[in-house]
Amino acid sequence: MPHYWIPNSTKEVKQEMLKETGVDDVEEFFKDIPEQLRLKKELRVGFGKPLLEHEARRKFLEILSKNKFTGFRDVHRVFLGGGVCVHYIPSVVRAIVSRAEFYTAYTPYQPEINQGILQAFFEYQSLMAELYGVDIVNASMYNVSTAAAEAVRMALRVKRGRKRILIASSAHPEIKEVIRTWVEGLNVRLEEIPYEREDGELDVNVLRAKLSDDVAAVYVESPNFFGIIERKLRDIIEITHDAGALAIVNANPLSLGVFKAPGELGADIVVGDAQPLGVGLNYGGPSAGILGIQDRKELLRQLPGRLVGMTKTVDGSEKGFMLILQTREQHIRRERATSNITTNSGLEAIAAAVYVSLLGAKGLKRLSEALLGRTTYFLETLRKRDIKAAPLFEKGLYFHEVTISFKGRDARDVISQLEKHGIHVGPPLSRFYDVMHDCSLLCLTELHSKDDIDELVSKLALVLGGETG
Amino acid sequence: MKYRQARWDEPLIFELASNQDRETFQLGDDYFAKLGKETLTEVAQDIVRKEGPNIPNLSEPEVVRHYTRLTQMSYGIDVGVVPLGSCTMKYNPKICEDLANDERIIYAHPYMSEEYLQGLLEMLYTLQEWLAELTGMDVCSLHPPAGAAGELTGVLMIREYLRDKGYTHKDEILVPESAHGTNPASAAMAGFKVIHIPTDERGNTDLNALKAAVSDRTAGIMLTNPSTLGLFEEKITEISDLIHSKGGLLYYDGANLNGILGIARPGDMGFDIVHLNLHKTFAAPHGGGGPGAGAICVKKELADYLPKPLVRREGGRYYLDYNIRKSIGRITWFYGNIVPAIKSFMYLMMLGPEIREVAEVAVLNTNYFMKKIKELPGIDLIYGRERWRKHEVVISFENLYRETGVNAEDVAKALLDRGIHAPTIYFPLTVPEAHMVEFTESESKRTIDEVISAYKDIVRQAYEDPGKLKGAPRNTSVGRLDVLRANHPRTLAPTYRYVKKRNIDG
Repeated sequence: MPHYWIPNSTKEVKQEMLKETGVDDVEEFFKDIPEQLRLKKELRVGFGKPLLEHEARRKFLEILSKNKFTGFRDVHRVFLGGGVCVHYIPSVVRAIVSRAEFYTAYTPYQPEINQGILQAFFEYQSLMAELYGVDIVNASMYNVSTAAAEAVRMALRVKRGRKRILIASSAHPEIKEVIRTWVEGLNVRLEEIPYEREDGELDVNVLRAKLSDDVAAVYVESPNFFGIIERKLRDIIEITHDAGALAIVNANPLSLGVFKAPGELGADIVVGDAQPLGVGLNYGGPSAGILGIQDRKELLRQLPGRLVGMTKTVDGSEKGFMLILQTREQHIRRERATSNITTNSGLEAIAAAVYVSLLGAKGLKRLSEALLGRTTYFLETLRKRDIKAAPLFEKGLYFHEVTISFKGRDARDVISQLEKHGIHVGPPLSRFYDVMHDCSLLCLTELHSKDDIDELVSKLALVLGGETG
Repeated sequence: MKYRQARWDEPLIFELASNQDRETFQLGDDYFAKLGKETLTEVAQDIVRKEGPNIPNLSEPEVVRHYTRLTQMSYGIDVGVVPLGSCTMKYNPKICEDLANDERIIYAHPYMSEEYLQGLLEMLYTLQEWLAELTGMDVCSLHPPAGAAGELTGVLMIREYLRDKGYTHKDEILVPESAHGTNPASAAMAGFKVIHIPTDERGNTDLNALKAAVSDRTAGIMLTNPSTLGLFEEKITEISDLIHSKGGLLYYDGANLNGILGIARPGDMGFDIVHLNLHKTFAAPHGGGGPGAGAICVKKELADYLPKPLVRREGGRYYLDYNIRKSIGRITWFYGNIVPAIKSFMYLMMLGPEIREVAEVAVLNTNYFMKKIKELPGIDLIYGRERWRKHEVVISFENLYRETGVNAEDVAKALLDRGIHAPTIYFPLTVPEAHMVEFTESESKRTIDEVISAYKDIVRQAYEDPGKLKGAPRNTSVGRLDVLRANHPRTLAPTYRYVKKRNIDG
């Protein structure tokens, strides 16, 4: 049947093309498919018949309206954390990534006709390098979880022969799972380093004790899954280097307006998620994984993913951009490639570049400060009132996300009570840890005003009791 | 067709910086920023960033103009034809873009209670069902964020499944020489040894070589069907029986599904695991390199090994099921790439049971092109010369190169000059001086005719004035780029910071 997305689907065009091809029927082209494999039945796909655009729009809205979550109107009451939080998507970012020259392009294999997108990727790499304090950043991974997994695999190649990886037990549980899956088949041991009970930071003594010459890398997050900034990050990196291992640090890009960049502190490989940089939550994906390295040959040689570089025209007259060091990649190196990654998160990387360009160093610093200010405000407000809830790590430095303990009260119950008041908090930590049944994460972002935070605390008081109103 | 691409001499964003102060876009408010600053005075100063990152402070219109100019020097499917083989660059319907970026989706938090997101979950569940029907498989998961991630998922599932059966000696994966590079790369990532199988003259997997390579150690085979040569694997049933008889599994690389969509299904051919590229066959855009989305579909016996979680329905309620008994774990955090998945859901909703039209026209387009292009001097088909193609065709310029010195890359650059994006070049590696051409169903006869006459014109020029083609392209934003300089250790320039530090002459 003809369709308006398919120009050559009308009978007249088809017949003309078939004639010029010297064939009577389209079926002729499929004759090499064994008869018993050729589908005879109509497939049960769609809603019985093709829908026209207005019908499809109606159907979409009909289904989506079953969502109780109504979008931006509700986000000021969404305090969910767990690695990603509600953040504003500036209209400028949407406008640029909605330009079809960008979003309908393929990977720029023909650089001369795609200089614009290549320059945008180069700028993404360069802006992230400035933010994370490293010299080289690739053109993106799928998200931070796969960036971390690839970083670990990369470390194992750089430190060939070393078969242990130490992972902060305070790392995002789902990232830990991803790393575990991605090293399956490599015959490697993953070991966890516990955190301090009082401040939620990595136990440096255990790290020191566990490090030896068979450890390829140490993976740490700051802020970690609990929202805690690792104040001894420099020491952690130094101790790691003393044992000849690589330090992989995952940092939230929005923390880097106020806290020292992991690259400056000596991390060999840095990773992060571009989600807060105007990419959107997207129900968990897509996002872009930031992956950067120090300027060292052995690291660059093992870097996975695409890399854009600046060059000149053959006659030397003009600057230009193109994909570089492609011999690391699967389409050339095949089973000896540094990774199988092909499609990455190009458009999200551009979104992040536009976002960072839009805020500038100034806007990023102010946003980081304002996020930290909200964390402080929330903790102070909570402390001032007599509520049966407190941050789990009393001496920890929280940024953006907070681990809150409901003092023996089941977190799942508290969360569903809050939901009844239209407030979303979570995830409950019992989801990941058997012991922390009374703990939950929550996250405070630029989308939460002072009133919104006050409202959160009031509703916590209401649900948890301990004071009136 | 005359083509003149925009040629802005657009500086790097860093070079737009000025000494004069600019107010930048703000998301940080004064009240909380002040509070944050105060907090910072109380923490150990050695963790505080004293000097901000070297990122320019620009006003909103300056940023918008910069990136808009960059879009003008970019080329996507909405600008013109992008016949990259195996990339399936089809039209991305605007309605899909429009709806998938709904606030209720892009602001949806992955840890929000399922009760609040029933509509979204229903769409994902329904898409899983439709994809299972289209592939002839039992269960589909939307977990993998791209095709290659789907492959890794698949080979890890093979590994686990065989290990549970006690087949730990099965450590080899067979891959045809014409396969996408991701296949051997994925198999190797999961710890398998890769055995390459040659292609026979008809363009099929060489059955004798395959029989010789199959052994007790065979864990499985990774095939794309139609192959990267655009040819249907005629002996697929024999291959399936052979591999299964040795206890191995069949993995289907779905990158080329567009050529048989609604006509034949991998599930019926004997495949046990299938990955799909939603950004190819199912019209989600490529975004200049990503994001994609890669569904993974399996037969019942393998469903217990799928990554966690899966969207399920029970009593009219949709939920994320983490209870997958022997799951290989997680390939990514959360649930995959949701926004492209919604676009594919819309695409399938609008084509419905008539999806077969996609493959019919895509294949007609390929064969129409092939018939005309093989008449040209200097061009050859190498494999399966007398056979009809499916989604794509690979043409070789080996003769042209030998006779004129003009190679596949020169021809590609000359196409750019005519406003046509070049096909995939030098792939598959088994075809010398290759152009791998895929039009999909989205290109009109008129466009295909334009591409044919462009090739005709270029080939004529190659015989008349080959030197001129070495100077292509001229009509693009820049002329031909210096690959050696780009990759040379002394002139390598991966970031602005690197360039400044090493003082590389930009």
